Amino acid sequence: MDMRSLLRTLEHATLRDIALVCLADALVGASFGAISVSGGLPLWVPLAMSVLVFAGGSQFAAVGVVLSGGGALAAVATGLVLNARLLPFGFTVADVLQGPWWRRLIGAQLITDESAAFVLQQDDGRRRRAVFWTCGIALFVVWNVAVLLGALAGGMIGDTDALGLDAAFPAVLLALVLPSLTDRRTRTAALVGAVAAVAATPYLPAGLPVLLALVGLLFAGRPAGGAAGPEVADPAAEEPVSKEAVR
Amino acid sequence: MMPLYAVLLLAAGTYAFRLAGPLLGHRLALSERLRHLLAVAAAVLLVALVATGALTQGHGFAGWARPAGVLVAGVLALRRAPFPLVVVAGAATAALLRLCGVG
Repeated sequence: MDMRSLLRTLEHATLRDIALVCLADALVGASFGAISVSGGLPLWVPLAMSVLVFAGGSQFAAVGVVLSGGGALAAVATGLVLNARLLPFGFTVADVLQGPWWRRLIGAQLITDESAAFVLQQDDGRRRRAVFWTCGIALFVVWNVAVLLGALAGGMIGDTDALGLDAAFPAVLLALVLPSLTDRRTRTAALVGAVAAVAATPYLPAGLPVLLALVGLLFAGRPAGGAAGPEVADPAAEEPVSKEAVR
Repeated sequence: MMPLYAVLLLAAGTYAFRLAGPLLGHRLALSERLRHLLAVAAAVLLVALVATGALTQGHGFAGWARPAGVLVAGVLALRRAPFPLVVVAGAATAALLRLCGVG
């Protein structure tokens, strides 16, 4: 894991792309820190989450549930359902983490949407390893520093509603999720789920309406490429998702 | 509030999702259908969070200023505006509407 040989293995364009992703994530991280602390959470919460959870979407989601008055367990369940998508990413990058056990344990924490996407772009084994560790380590450092700076800045903000910061939280999430809504079935599922969640909000304890949105999965359809496959309907395939939801 | 045990639970569960592949990758394969469902589930939850976060406060309506701000941010994001602009424009819209007396 010599950093210089990692960097030499990668093309200039790849390194530039990694830097751009780090920059974008730094802004998301700073917003996360600022919104958490200005919303009333103690400083250690966003910092501990960023080091230990290290998955931006779920961090925002869990804090969002809690700041809207939801219970801690609802926040955990929401974050876990979101992070269940890391499961397939782990299988995608498994070849990169072959080797001593400590490498797998450390590397696993660095699996993110971004590092998995960079690995997918490379075919050669050496490059896959290089891009994974470079992107993973860079993101981990940048993300945590950005969250710290954002959290310190967030502590200095007075009236958050007067600044419209309550709108910043859904705005960040919307910007994060839009690129994954290109598929029509995903859009339908998301729309059905959102309507269900909003409609249930007056009646359910805070935090649960968002989990109720998972009924939208009934409209998820089949994988785009797999429609022609001989795959039989497998109700068990849906199990892990719903199990996470009630944890 | 977010107690320490909740942070640790979320962290441990997330780490388990991450570690399963590197530990079991050569013995187990995920079905295409499960991969698809997990990806859609993430999108469904995020959109639900956007909707409830934009429209509701506690058990009621959040007022017009916040959803208007989120709408402006969404339009800018669709037009591929840079991330900081998206967020600042959303917050500024809500702030300005409140300054004008819109709830």
